[in-house]
Amino acid sequence: MKLVTAIVKPFKLEEAKEALRAVGIQGMTVTETRGFGRQRGHTEVYRGAEYQVDFVPKVKIEVICEDAQVEQVVEAVMTAARTGKIGDGKIFVTTAEQVYRIRTGEAGGDAI
Amino acid sequence: MPTMNTGDTAWIIVASALVMFMTPGLALFYGGLVRQKNVLSTFMHSFFALGLVTVVFVLVGYSLGFGGDHAGFIGGFDFFGLKNVAFDAAGPKVCCAPGAAPGLLSGATPHLAFMLFQLMFAVITPALISGAFAERTKFSGMAVFFALWSLLVYSPVAHWVWAGGWLFDRGVLDFAGGTVVHINAGVAALVFAVYLGKRQGWPREIAPPHNVTMTLLGAGILWFGWFGFNGGSALAANGIAVSAIVATHCAAAAAMLGWAIPEWLRHKKVTAVGAASGAVAGLVAITPAAGFVRPWAALVIGLVAGAVCYFAVNLKFRFGYDDSLDVVGVHLVGGIIGALATGVFAEIAVNAAGDNGALFGNLGQLADQALGIAVTIGYSAVLSLGILWFVDKTVGIRLSQDDELVGADLTQHGEAAYSSGDVGAHIGHMAASVPWGHSGGFSASLSDTRQGRQGE
Repeated sequence: MKLVTAIVKPFKLEEAKEALRAVGIQGMTVTETRGFGRQRGHTEVYRGAEYQVDFVPKVKIEVICEDAQVEQVVEAVMTAARTGKIGDGKIFVTTAEQVYRIRTGEAGGDAI
Repeated sequence: MPTMNTGDTAWIIVASALVMFMTPGLALFYGGLVRQKNVLSTFMHSFFALGLVTVVFVLVGYSLGFGGDHAGFIGGFDFFGLKNVAFDAAGPKVCCAPGAAPGLLSGATPHLAFMLFQLMFAVITPALISGAFAERTKFSGMAVFFALWSLLVYSPVAHWVWAGGWLFDRGVLDFAGGTVVHINAGVAALVFAVYLGKRQGWPREIAPPHNVTMTLLGAGILWFGWFGFNGGSALAANGIAVSAIVATHCAAAAAMLGWAIPEWLRHKKVTAVGAASGAVAGLVAITPAAGFVRPWAALVIGLVAGAVCYFAVNLKFRFGYDDSLDVVGVHLVGGIIGALATGVFAEIAVNAAGDNGALFGNLGQLADQALGIAVTIGYSAVLSLGILWFVDKTVGIRLSQDDELVGADLTQHGEAAYSSGDVGAHIGHMAASVPWGHSGGFSASLSDTRQGRQGE
């Protein structure tokens, strides 16, 4: 099983969610987060003083899927979240050792 | 016994309520500009003044400010604890005539209503100073400073300008408190900021305002309350009150533009904090002039104040004093602009109790105004420094480095302004209810409940 973690622009969340549903993903976790990569931050101005804000608001989407499904999932998010401009985000794929469903105690693929 | 003028009396009561509301408005204005860890402490600098300064003023401060004159310097103890301050038209007159107050002199408006109105001014003035010492001041030190400053600085200066004191006799014009409130507080703010020193990490590592919407709502409430502040200073429901309110509104509006224009030219953006700050700068500047000037003059005063204050707030970076929320740039500088402008634009034709300014052939008025400014700056600076030194040596004034890093909300008040939504609601539980301790009834029954839940 794989854990796919995608950091995307906040306004792309809805499209990414729909794209994931379209490839059969039934659940996901999202977190409001902040970070920076090549986009760097932005400048804010308060009473004439400029503040450099390095951490840009992003949304983190976490999805668990079967190994066979990873490419589809990554492709779905990549297409949906892409604007072509700097700051579109990143996708990390990691191996998930085990998954449990808390309510029933099921494990592995049945728990996804 | 004179007949009470119910219209005038009603207006003074309403105006007092308007001015009272400015203090929580100021708390919002300042609270939005600080970091999240200091919101409550910043609110308390204003909100607690409603309690503390009220008690001090009602017991002693009012009498020192408005009691029988002693050598033009200070009032006496004739109104100590508000004795002899009549609630009806039959009571003795106020000792002296602040501005134009025929009703007050004749007893047609109750002395106690006048006291109520003055009380709200006394409350907000020290609260204004708090913007300069936000985010690094001990609550106890702040409280002692406020009590002493109100008695030793606010009351005497109010006496000089409004209650038949020596500046009053010199003919200094201050309709609603440009010198008494704004210059006075602005100077104390500068002294306070310099005495305390900078916040850790200032200016590079200080985070931007944590909630700008709060600041805009606060500015709006200040603007609203200022109708009472300036309009109420006519002390009657008459043409001068209307004229003062229109001047007030015009100046705030023009100052918003006055701030926005240089901001636009420099940053290509008009900011929300700028719009709020500009409006407040205009309200400050029109305070001494409202009731003496025509609406067009108010527009000019506002425009100038907005633009000048925009540049003035950045002086702190040049000179290296950490005036956290720009009390100096807005209240001291705006107050000086207003006091001088009063000496330029005042017209006897607007208010017979006033005088003509330089524009109407009376250059001497400008000199009187400058005297009022200089004396207020000198007195407030020396006394504020002395009081600060005293407070520092007794209860202490600056937070420890650790407390400053953790934040004044938690270290001074044991509270946090915001829970983190549902997560926040579940990460804390009541450990003990203080009055009964751990074994007492309430906390015991609470822990029973908790155990019951765990057993499910």
